[in-house]
Amino acid sequence: MQAVIEALRDHFRVDHLVYHWVDSAGDQYGCGTYSDDWRDRYIEQNYVRLDPVIIGCYSRFHPVDWKRLDWSGKAVRAFQAEAIEYGVGNQGYSIPIRGPNGQFALFTASHNCDDQAWTVFIEKNRRDLLLIAHEFNRKALEFEPDRAPEVARQLSPREIDAMTLLAMGYNRAQVADSLSISEHTLRVYIESARAKLGAMNTTHAVARALSRGLIVV
Amino acid sequence: MLRYLYGDELESHPVLSRTMFEDRAWQFRTRQGWDVEVDETGQERDQYDAMNPLYVIWERPDGRHGGSMRLMPTTGPCMVNEHFSHLMDGQPIQSPLIWECTRFCLAPAAATTPSGGAAQVAAALMLAGGEVMQGFGVEHFIGVFDARMTRIYRMIGASPEVLGASGQGRDRISVGLWAFSPSARRRVAQSAGLSPALSRHWFQRAFGAGHAARHVA
Repeated sequence: MQAVIEALRDHFRVDHLVYHWVDSAGDQYGCGTYSDDWRDRYIEQNYVRLDPVIIGCYSRFHPVDWKRLDWSGKAVRAFQAEAIEYGVGNQGYSIPIRGPNGQFALFTASHNCDDQAWTVFIEKNRRDLLLIAHEFNRKALEFEPDRAPEVARQLSPREIDAMTLLAMGYNRAQVADSLSISEHTLRVYIESARAKLGAMNTTHAVARALSRGLIVV
Repeated sequence: MLRYLYGDELESHPVLSRTMFEDRAWQFRTRQGWDVEVDETGQERDQYDAMNPLYVIWERPDGRHGGSMRLMPTTGPCMVNEHFSHLMDGQPIQSPLIWECTRFCLAPAAATTPSGGAAQVAAALMLAGGEVMQGFGVEHFIGVFDARMTRIYRMIGASPEVLGASGQGRDRISVGLWAFSPSARRRVAQSAGLSPALSRHWFQRAFGAGHAARHVA
């Protein structure tokens, strides 16, 4: 991934591209073209806690031009000055990525140029950057399965009700009646439970739900 | 006015937030008879409201909810893929260029009185959807809607492409895909009775034009 991100940086003719994964414990992983000095400094100073890019993008999902972030406050201004000194650039565009199981990552392009040139660059390349950002994330998820534990998907309370009644031998009309919902709505619950359980059909889904202890009859 | 608020920003708008979740209870449970969870305070929320979605809300002059919709990326957990993929041959739709739009809701006052302006509010929300597309590089919205909304979407000139549907008559539920051309944008702006410039201004204010001004200064 490091070789790819360097090639992409050259392709886009920007100073830097960075893929940055922050997990819920605050641990960081990634690849990119920032200098080793800056990366070490960033980690050593724990800048993740005040970086407006992280704060502005965390638990969001719309891409952000750094100009739109809040760079006020003394510590933040000092951080920004230092980042520029380390060659990060005065412009940036960050794409937050919301992956499976609450996973969060950022893909960033940064550069040194005036506002006008940066706006033109973003307009021209935004679509490609969005797609590349998500491809990087997909690859990262593939490489690091342990960082995105594929937890057994929980059934919702309604899905559990539906599965339980089916396991007790009720037919669909009786289940719908017992839950005071339409048969149409019931079909939605059964289907979503089936999909979550990776089952071939309703009978298979009921069997799986029972064998995994998700329902008790 | 149009508000763009992530879930974690709702608490600073208590009246707007409460009336939105109350109006959702009215629309989805009382009026449409969907099997949704309503809490003891009369507010409707589901598991996706807990995932920090982006709400687009029409705020009435008195500060109350006039209409709203809820946006989520399709790359993470979302309602269309987890609950309605059976309407799309079981295939999940996942793309950084497609966001889902769910819980499209109009306040009772807007929805029940001829002069309540249901079409205007719906059109304003569609116009906001256009801002999101243009501002964030989103190319389509995918959404779930019922027969009544089909008529409203047609009335305001923003009919989606239907990917799949089930049920008949009033109970018909469809999954549809919206694109947004410049001509559609003009049509919905006209239906909403809003100038595109004002709509743009609300969007930019929500996403940090204020910071940009400070940054430049």
